[in-house]
Amino acid sequence: MTMGTEGAGQGGKTALLLLGCPEVPVQMGIALYLAGRLGKDGYGVTVAGNPSVIQLARVSDPDQHYVKKVMNLEKAMADLIEGRVHPDLVVAFAHNDAGIAYAATVRHVFKSRLCLIIFGREAEELATLADFDCEKIVEKAVHNPGLLKKKIDVVFGWAASKS
Amino acid sequence: MGCIEELKYEVLLSQVSFRECREYVKEHFREWYEVEPGYRIFDSYIIGLPPIFIGVEGNAVFFPYTKPCHGTFLLRIDSPEEVERLRKMKPKKKR
Repeated sequence: MTMGTEGAGQGGKTALLLLGCPEVPVQMGIALYLAGRLGKDGYGVTVAGNPSVIQLARVSDPDQHYVKKVMNLEKAMADLIEGRVHPDLVVAFAHNDAGIAYAATVRHVFKSRLCLIIFGREAEELATLADFDCEKIVEKAVHNPGLLKKKIDVVFGWAASKS
Repeated sequence: MGCIEELKYEVLLSQVSFRECREYVKEHFREWYEVEPGYRIFDSYIIGLPPIFIGVEGNAVFFPYTKPCHGTFLLRIDSPEEVERLRKMKPKKKR
């Protein structure tokens, strides 16, 4: 599946990262990390967010090593709801009630793989609201993305082998 | 808010949780309709956790509008057309 023919990565797959409000520091670091790793795995990655998120992505990665394509969040949601895009993977970020509401809406209209990253001080409480079908990664990360990254590595098969 | 910003709207609840907004509609309106996430209204889409309720009173609709940084708002917009559309499409729920 693709997000339009221009969106596919070298592996022919596409991923859409839906970012929430950028007030929690770990979000952008994790988003850049995911964009880079998914890109290496052959995904064409699009990062969607509000104007602040898009500015953060562009300033943090000025040469676009990790984030090749950005999109307004409302446009991305409209495209998913209307079935204009069909990514292979959606990763939704949530650190507040609104983030869970966005992910729930994605789940309702999008039937392929949905991964929900729940972070921030209220991560565990928020996770109880996300009672829909998705892969949940939950960590009370605010400033330090280390533990959250470890859990992401396990879910996406990037954890270093101990054997 | 896209096209909604260009309409005349009133904010009844501001920066609340989605659940608070849902409960408010159920408690304060005698007529409401359940819609699915992504329901299109005023050229926008309702973002939310099901069940999602839209209240109706006279010619006005009362619906949740969720922003990533500010939570959920309950907005009122006068629209006989939208009221009619809801009444035609959805089984009515009334107290």
